[in-house]
Amino acid sequence: MAAKRKTPIKTRNPDLIRGVGKYSRSKMYHKRGLWAIKAKNGGVFPRHEPNPKPTTAVEKPPKFYPADDVKKPLLNKRKPKPTKLRASITPGTVLILLAGRFMGKRVVFLKQLSSGLLLVTGPFKINGVPLRRVNQSYVIATSTKIDISGVNLDKFDDKYFAKEVENKKKKTEGEFFEAEKEDKKKLPEDKKEDQKAVDAFLIKSIEGVPELKAYLAARFSLKSGMKPHELVF
Amino acid sequence: MPFKRYVEIGRVALVNYGKDYGKLVVIVDVVDQNRALVDAPDMVRGQMNFKRLTLTDITIDIPRVPKKKTLIEAMEKADVKNKWASSSWGRKLIVQKRRASLNDFDRFKLMLAKIKVSFRYTPYCVYPFYTRVLFLKNLPQNFNRSLTSCNTVLQRSGVIKQELAKLKKENAS
Repeated sequence: MAAKRKTPIKTRNPDLIRGVGKYSRSKMYHKRGLWAIKAKNGGVFPRHEPNPKPTTAVEKPPKFYPADDVKKPLLNKRKPKPTKLRASITPGTVLILLAGRFMGKRVVFLKQLSSGLLLVTGPFKINGVPLRRVNQSYVIATSTKIDISGVNLDKFDDKYFAKEVENKKKKTEGEFFEAEKEDKKKLPEDKKEDQKAVDAFLIKSIEGVPELKAYLAARFSLKSGMKPHELVF
Repeated sequence: MPFKRYVEIGRVALVNYGKDYGKLVVIVDVVDQNRALVDAPDMVRGQMNFKRLTLTDITIDIPRVPKKKTLIEAMEKADVKNKWASSSWGRKLIVQKRRASLNDFDRFKLMLAKIKVSFRYTPYCVYPFYTRVLFLKNLPQNFNRSLTSCNTVLQRSGVIKQELAKLKKENAS
C-alpha cells in the first residue's frame, strides 16, 4: 500500500464544467504516475494474489426430479407483537363486558396477560364474575377507576386458566351401557382462595366510593334514546 | 307578530352551524343581504351567513367594526357572559352540555337519585314483586296493598289527611 498523505489530496482533475474534467485520459495517466508504478514493477501492473476461496463440499446430483416445478413458499420472518392495550384501559378501570355469559356486567380490570387477554374480576361477591380472561375487543372501557395498588397479581397468567387434561378411561362393554356418570366438575379450593384474596382488597376500595358497589352489581343496557356513538363512557 | 330581535350592530348571536358551533358572537357589520361580519373575543373576525346565526336578546353598544380591545371592553360592560348564563336559553344549553358529558357511573348515580325522588310519589302497587320485599317491614299495619288504592309507601304527611277530614265534616254538616 502506498504511504498515506498527511493532508487529503485536492482533485488532480478539476472540473471545467460539471462532468467535464480539465485533463484528458492520457494526461491523467501521466499525472497519476501510473507509468512510474509500471516501471517499478517491471512493465506490468502489480497484482495481488486473490484470497483463497473457501472449499465447498462436492454436490451430488439429486436422485429425484419432481415432474412439475414445485414452488417454494416465501420466507416469513414475522414475529407477532403482543396486543396493544387501549390507552383508556389501565389497571383498576371499570369495564363493561359486551359478550358472553356476563354480557353487560361492569367489571374491574386487573392486568393484561402475556397472551394479550385482559385479566378481570367482578369482584365475585358483588356481581358474580370470577377471575376471568376477556378479550379487549369485547369490552367498553369506562372512565371510572378503582385503586388496585395493593393487590398481588403475580401468580395469575395464562397457564393458571388452562383447561385441566382429563384422563379418558377405557370402557368395558358392561360399563358402556351404563348411564354415563360424570363427576360434577368442582372448582378447586385454591382457586376460590385466590378469588377471595384478590376481592378482599378490591371490595374495601369499592366500598369507599359511594354507590360504586351498586353500580358494579347492576348490568349495563342501552335504553331508549341512548346513542352509543354520543355516549361518554 | 312583529319581529323582536333585529340584526343590528352589537347584536349577540349564537352560531348554530359550522366550525364555531355553539359560540356566542357579536354582529359587528353587515356585508350584504345574507352575510354579516361577526366577531368574538376568542375568534378571528370573519363573515358568516345569517342562516348560521340565531339571534339572542342581548345587544351591546359598539361602533361599527370595533377594534378587538373595544369589543372586549364593551362585552365586559354589558356583562354578556353572565346575562347569557342566567337566561333560560343559556341555562338550557349548559344543562344539555352537562348531560352529554355524563360518565356511565354518573348516569347510574343520576338514575338512583331520580328513583329516590320519585319513591315518595309512586304508589305501592307499581313496584314489582321482588322489590316489595325490601320495604315490607316498614309498612304500617293497615296499609292497603290493593291495586285500586294509590297509597304511596311513605304515607304523605298529615296535612292532606286533615284537609280531607275537614271536607268530610263540611259534607256531613
